[in-house]
Amino acid sequence: MPFKIEARREMSRRLLFASPLLALVLTVLTGFVLFAAMGHDPVAALYHFGIAPLLSLYGLSELMVKAAPLILIGVGLAVGFRANVWNIGAEGQLTLGAVAAGGVGLMFWGEEGFWVLPLMCGAAVAAGMAYAAIPAFLKTRFEVNEILTSLMLTYVGTLFLSALVYGPLKDPAGFNFPQSRMFTDSALLPIVLEGTRLHAGTVVVILVAAAAWVLMSFTIVGFQIRVLGQAPAAARYAGFHRKRLIWLCLLLSGGLAGLAGAFEVAGPIGQLIPVITPGYGFTAIIVAFLGRLHPLGIVLSGLLIALSYIGGENAQVEVGLPQAVTGVFQGLLLFFLLGSDFLVRYRVRMRARPIMRPT
Amino acid sequence: MNPESAVLVMLTVMSAATPLLFAALGELVTEKAGVLNLGVEGMMLAGAVSGFAVTVTSGSATLGILCAALGGAAMALAFGVLTLTLAANQVATGLALTIFGVGLSALAGSGFVGMPVMPLPKLAVPGLSDIPVFGPLVFGHDALVYLALLATGGIGWFLAHTRAGLILRAVGESHESAHAIGYSVIRVRYLAVLFGGTMSGLGGAFMSLSYTPMWAEEMTAGRGWIALALVVFASWRPGRVLLGAYLFGGVTILQLHAQGVGGLGIPSQVLSMLPYLATIAVLTIIAAGPWRGRLDAPACLGQAFRPPK
Repeated sequence: MPFKIEARREMSRRLLFASPLLALVLTVLTGFVLFAAMGHDPVAALYHFGIAPLLSLYGLSELMVKAAPLILIGVGLAVGFRANVWNIGAEGQLTLGAVAAGGVGLMFWGEEGFWVLPLMCGAAVAAGMAYAAIPAFLKTRFEVNEILTSLMLTYVGTLFLSALVYGPLKDPAGFNFPQSRMFTDSALLPIVLEGTRLHAGTVVVILVAAAAWVLMSFTIVGFQIRVLGQAPAAARYAGFHRKRLIWLCLLLSGGLAGLAGAFEVAGPIGQLIPVITPGYGFTAIIVAFLGRLHPLGIVLSGLLIALSYIGGENAQVEVGLPQAVTGVFQGLLLFFLLGSDFLVRYRVRMRARPIMRPT
Repeated sequence: MNPESAVLVMLTVMSAATPLLFAALGELVTEKAGVLNLGVEGMMLAGAVSGFAVTVTSGSATLGILCAALGGAAMALAFGVLTLTLAANQVATGLALTIFGVGLSALAGSGFVGMPVMPLPKLAVPGLSDIPVFGPLVFGHDALVYLALLATGGIGWFLAHTRAGLILRAVGESHESAHAIGYSVIRVRYLAVLFGGTMSGLGGAFMSLSYTPMWAEEMTAGRGWIALALVVFASWRPGRVLLGAYLFGGVTILQLHAQGVGGLGIPSQVLSMLPYLATIAVLTIIAAGPWRGRLDAPACLGQAFRPPK
């Protein structure tokens, strides 16, 4: 081989930030080939997918609306991923949060009062935490793999929501459609920008991301979480409470996913319906990695992935691409990112030719 | 319950168990080589859609099954390149594989939703298949059911009694030692990962060509993840994978039948939760039981390896 691969002594910080960009470029190139192979004009398709949604104020506001749950969940998940705690069930925790928020909203249906909305959000956070507490308990008490338990609970949570909207929470005047009553004003998030769906939740999301940044970068707990993930043995010698940190990671990510559920039903949706998320809980995993597990990076990657949702819808309307293109793009992006990260940890060197031949 | 309906229930249980058996056996071999591939769900979907699309277009189920195996293996290859050649995190890459597989299969299958397909033909041995109870139970399945059963025995024998199986286990238990005595860790792992993908693809093909038989987005509904749990449940032993798969097949059919008779007043959604709740219960019992610590997880499971230069 004319080149050799050697491990870097330290991760290259420059490449750590360049690798998401490289992944993005590779994804766009692959998309170009993919669209051409599907018989579409690739330039037009990519324009409608990636650029057109950014050209209007409404498009930008929708970008924020879609990015809000992704950032909120991604920030929580990233804290866990740093500690090697793999909460894959954010989708389920989001669903339970939405159910709790919706339950409160419907319980006080028609009531005026500033307290309804905070109560809904509080209930959602509690529900998300409680749901994430199941894998946390099983992990810390019995060492049951949290990936599998949190994921199984997602299916259970979705079925639970479905049972509710087909049953007790069904709108009595809704012609038997599986949906709840529309929430009244006190249970809806105020709109920040007139004429759009940009709701107050998006502001909270930015504050949460900032708080997570402070937690991870400037507090002892954040330091302990990072050590637990990178060097579990060191964390043990240092006397960090592993179980307590696992609980913290799962409760934090569960609570934030629950809050995202509240924002969805009290924001763009406005009622309980059988499907309240197009896979935000899973997509947030990509968002977390793409944002380098850093809260501020996650804000950027959340916006980018949100674009893939809006772009997918737009391209469906404008050039007739199937909606599934969105998922393919998201998967490709994560693939290329994980591949590009090779360059962060290893370097490729040209092999020097021997100058003197041994005699 | 009369004998005829009991036989029918048994047949459906075996049918529900087969996709799990394929996927879990494949993952077992992958994990025995020390690689944790969480992308089973994605590989199953790739198999399901390629098997269905090729069968419908070409009219040949054999060709369809072959392409399903290839489809699963192609997904596994992508996983292999990332985790083995580029030493990427196996957990993250596996998740990416599932997300990608869900999207790609939905895209590839968008033209095939709602299309009919002839289910795989059942074996019919003149005379033998007509024996009451015994006949349909032993001779009344399609080829994939038998293949899955054969694979269980074959993999058990391969891992326990062949030299290649020993090397595979050595790579999974201590990749450094295996490397030191001259085995190519990466090559062995590639083969194991590709085998896992092939088996997941076959499991998916059984879903879309025999169990349902049709194509729908995300039709595997978490079976790939249940298969992952089954490997833990089976403590990495093929015989116990068989037991676990049939147990879960039983739970799936049980809830279907309970829904059929009106659900005893329980909403159908609550009954549908059963297989998922059963998975959590089983994982907990396995982890908390008296045999804890003797689960035989391969020692290098999930650890990246790059040969020292």
